[in-house]
Amino acid sequence: MREPESNEPTGATLTGGSAGLARFLLTWFALPSALVVALAFGALMMLALGADPVTGYRALLEGAFGGSYALSSTAIQAVPLLLVGVGICIAFRANVFNIGGEGQIAMGGLASAATALAFPDLPGFILMPLVLLAGALGGAAWGAIPGFFKAHYKVNEILSTIMLNLVAVQVMNYLLAGPLVDTSPTSTGGLIPETRVLPAAAQLPILLKGTQLHLGVPIAVVVAICVYVLLWRTSFGFQIRAVGLSRNASAYAGMPVKRTITLAMTLSGAMCGLAGAILVFGSISHRMVTDGSLTGFTGSAGFNGIVVALFGGLNPLWTIVSAYLFGGLIVGGSALQVATGVPSDLVTALSGTIVVLVVSLEYLRRRARVQSIALAGPRIARPPRLSGNPPPLAAGGGGDE
Amino acid sequence: MNQFFTVDILTTTIASGIALATPFLLAALGETIGQRSGVINLGVDGIMLLGAFSTYYVQLQTGNLLLAVLAGTLTGTLMGVVTAFVSVTLKAEQGISGIGVYLFGLGISSLLFQKLVGTPLPISTLPAVGIPLLDSIPLVGGIFNQSLLVYLAFLLVPVVTFVLNRTTYGLQIRAVGENPAAADSLGVSVARIRWSTVILGCTFAGLAGASLLMYGGIFQINLTQSEGFIAVALVYFGAWRPVGVMFGSLLYGLVGVVILEWKSLGIIPLSASDLAATAPAVITVLALLFLARRFRQPAVLGRPYEREG
Amino acid sequence: MHRNLDRKLSLTLAAVVVALVAGACSGSSTPAPTVAPSVAPASVAPASVAPSPSPAAPASVAPSPSPAPAALKVALVAPSAVNDLAFTQSMVEALNSLKTKYNLDVAISDNQFVVATAANVIQNYASQGYNLIIAHGSQYGSIVQQLAPQFPNVSFAWGTAGSTYNLPNVFAYQVNSNEGGYVQGAMAALLSKSKVLGVIGPIAVGDAKLYVDGFCAGAKSIVASISCIPVYTGSFSDVSLMSAAATTFVANKADVLTGTAQAVVGAIGVAKSKNIPWFGTQWTQASLAPSDVVSSQVYNWAPILEQIFATIQGGKLGGATFTATLGNGGEQIQFNSGYTLPANVLAKANALIKGITEGTVNVPQ
Repeated sequence: MREPESNEPTGATLTGGSAGLARFLLTWFALPSALVVALAFGALMMLALGADPVTGYRALLEGAFGGSYALSSTAIQAVPLLLVGVGICIAFRANVFNIGGEGQIAMGGLASAATALAFPDLPGFILMPLVLLAGALGGAAWGAIPGFFKAHYKVNEILSTIMLNLVAVQVMNYLLAGPLVDTSPTSTGGLIPETRVLPAAAQLPILLKGTQLHLGVPIAVVVAICVYVLLWRTSFGFQIRAVGLSRNASAYAGMPVKRTITLAMTLSGAMCGLAGAILVFGSISHRMVTDGSLTGFTGSAGFNGIVVALFGGLNPLWTIVSAYLFGGLIVGGSALQVATGVPSDLVTALSGTIVVLVVSLEYLRRRARVQSIALAGPRIARPPRLSGNPPPLAAGGGGDE
Repeated sequence: MNQFFTVDILTTTIASGIALATPFLLAALGETIGQRSGVINLGVDGIMLLGAFSTYYVQLQTGNLLLAVLAGTLTGTLMGVVTAFVSVTLKAEQGISGIGVYLFGLGISSLLFQKLVGTPLPISTLPAVGIPLLDSIPLVGGIFNQSLLVYLAFLLVPVVTFVLNRTTYGLQIRAVGENPAAADSLGVSVARIRWSTVILGCTFAGLAGASLLMYGGIFQINLTQSEGFIAVALVYFGAWRPVGVMFGSLLYGLVGVVILEWKSLGIIPLSASDLAATAPAVITVLALLFLARRFRQPAVLGRPYEREG
Repeated sequence: MHRNLDRKLSLTLAAVVVALVAGACSGSSTPAPTVAPSVAPASVAPASVAPSPSPAAPASVAPSPSPAPAALKVALVAPSAVNDLAFTQSMVEALNSLKTKYNLDVAISDNQFVVATAANVIQNYASQGYNLIIAHGSQYGSIVQQLAPQFPNVSFAWGTAGSTYNLPNVFAYQVNSNEGGYVQGAMAALLSKSKVLGVIGPIAVGDAKLYVDGFCAGAKSIVASISCIPVYTGSFSDVSLMSAAATTFVANKADVLTGTAQAVVGAIGVAKSKNIPWFGTQWTQASLAPSDVVSSQVYNWAPILEQIFATIQGGKLGGATFTATLGNGGEQIQFNSGYTLPANVLAKANALIKGITEGTVNVPQ
């Protein structure tokens, strides 16, 4: 994944005149207009399906943000999105495209569940951090594999992460129907693919009575802040970003490129694995359950987290906001379905539309800013930028660059 | 195991593997064309779903197979126009916009299926057609008895290879994917080339959806089960060459069928059933590891082009 | 990639969040949870079911009492679509058939395959004053186990499973799908000339495994050496994989097929195109292959639902397990009129059904 080829100034100025007004409008109103267009599209779909858009959207908003219970549901829904998004921030900054989030979440969940079942008698203050750590390690392992393959064997990470997702679902099915299964059978003798009830000591405590708001929510936020610090205030973070901008230049500068790439993917996986652990130990079920698919456990967080991260500009702090919004969309979708009978797939389609619209307008807005800079004159210096591409048509070595 | 190595079963396995691989192949071929010109499209899965649903719906309404497949393909073309506009003209970030298209396709196809189709009925699928001389070869003739879409898919492999390597258009595609600035200075319209490749690629994706529907004979929510993403992965596996992509799809499909075959013969015990299902994925990655090709991706893959100055 | 987040984008995002929260909060408040109205009569209706069923003991279906005047609010949460021609549809049809008789107010949330979301949905229904929440999926059990104590005035029904977790407001229901499987397996063995049967399942757990095991047991009871090896594809929803599995069986000379899971439609498609007899389960699948479906083991949840309603109206919100069997009408073998079944096969099937009902035929677990 590369940046567009334009030099991008970090600031923006406005110039006077009607051209300036157009630019002003474009800059400030493009995004909300995109949202309006998407919502109008959604309203059209609802009308076509015989539902009332006003009722529908009201239900969506109320379900997502109307009242403390809704707000907490949204916050809970946002946790895996945020963590995956933070992991994506790390990976994408290193120019590694991690679409293995689904599998990494599952492996993290399995690792945490297995740990809790292995040490059920530990006191809560040890067990809880332990299972979270185990989850992170499980996801880290699942991220390390494609990271290692990419760094050392130039195996493209899109390929390996997708394939590992497929492997992860079967590992989950195998473990939850086999070694980790709850062996107290139903009286028909059949087993349900789920674990035994997990030790209550590991269950994330609920912070707000009357809701399901659990400790995982602040944990995720803290993690996001820590990753921000990591990326911009530590030398390792600098290495990650440098390698992402130019592998060649970083290697020339003496940075351990292969190790950095591997570690970036590993960390990315660790975030997803932590999300998996929180999903297990923050759930109402107090068990890990599967219905045979990854989505049944993750709720597609591995995918949606990518969108969330990119809307947050690959900045963990803004990812917090976009995760919360996206979470609201998902939670609201269920409420929409209950209120109008329109399947929540409409919300999936809507979120896709919003993504496409917002991302399309991004360019136009950037262009508007560039033009306004150009008009403002050469006084404004363009910050130097590491070139991301190898010299055209020169030997680019093997594999991915 | 001896049971497996009878000609009869081997033949059917190969034939079945070829049929299973076809949707992957079609989608991956389309993605290859797009990626050679520098555009990555992650929305393939969503487009396949939309294509599959259109095919299903039109077939239910009209009973005309040709029309149905055409409908699916044209759905892909339509989505291709949208994708091209977003990725090439508006120069949106291709990774994100692709996932947006995927979400859109998944949502709309599921929504329309639930609302427009009451009780899902299976449709009559494309009949198998034998290749005149080849299908009467004793013992292995069964391999050459497939649906028309299968033949189409495999015929497209040499066609796409030829176009990419031997025609001016193909040269332009490759130039635009490697060094668009140079191509631009030589008078090649980067935008136009990319528009055409994206539309072509998405048309292939729509056709892939139609072929997937024809394989199972009925639509279900999320029919593709992320097959479109696997197809994108196979493009990398095939090193952006149609022949490589073909081998990748075949490998994937064949391994899947072999595993099913071994399960049904009792070669794979029940306890290993889940882990055995991972075989296609594992083998694909391992194969790539050991083949360790040195092809690199198109230089500007994923990067929108903008004329400097 | 967006290295430097445009500040305006981020500010706009923040503004949107604030606007949304403000707008939603200023709207009507979330409805206060209403307590389910307590049901009238003081005397507890005698429960006519055994708490833990033994396999062959038929539970008698008590004739349903006259419907209560008050509407019963029932919510159904199911993992697949209402028209999946399988698991979910069987429950939806049963509910619909009882709607007028019991004056039901029914709400359905289908396609709830994400367990965490389903938990929210169930919790929502519970706090909105629904009298009975049917959690139709074994993966929902742990949710019910945790939520039921929090809503003591709401009745929960969980299936397919056999444990109420000893909670007073939880019903459990299950189906001995191995019984119907046994009958169909026997029929398959009689119909098969090649003595190779094709059995396709998703994952080897729960209902699916029960049916498959019963099927093969029934087949082997007729022809001891028959080949009945089940293939579990590893997914409940991958249609192409099930098609491929069916094709593999055909290659292995299987001339009768059966399978379970919502993705099984792919396999039925293969049966149809190759004119191979198919045995269905969970719901009648004759519409999918009108001339090839021999019979379907249909789950008829209505008798169990009626017993649940009666128990609730009698004042008891749970604590009983119901089993659908061939004997009590919870399971039915529906023969497809479009398929010409040889008389001896039909006779054997009926004999087996009778035997299982009366307990003379023992179906292995």
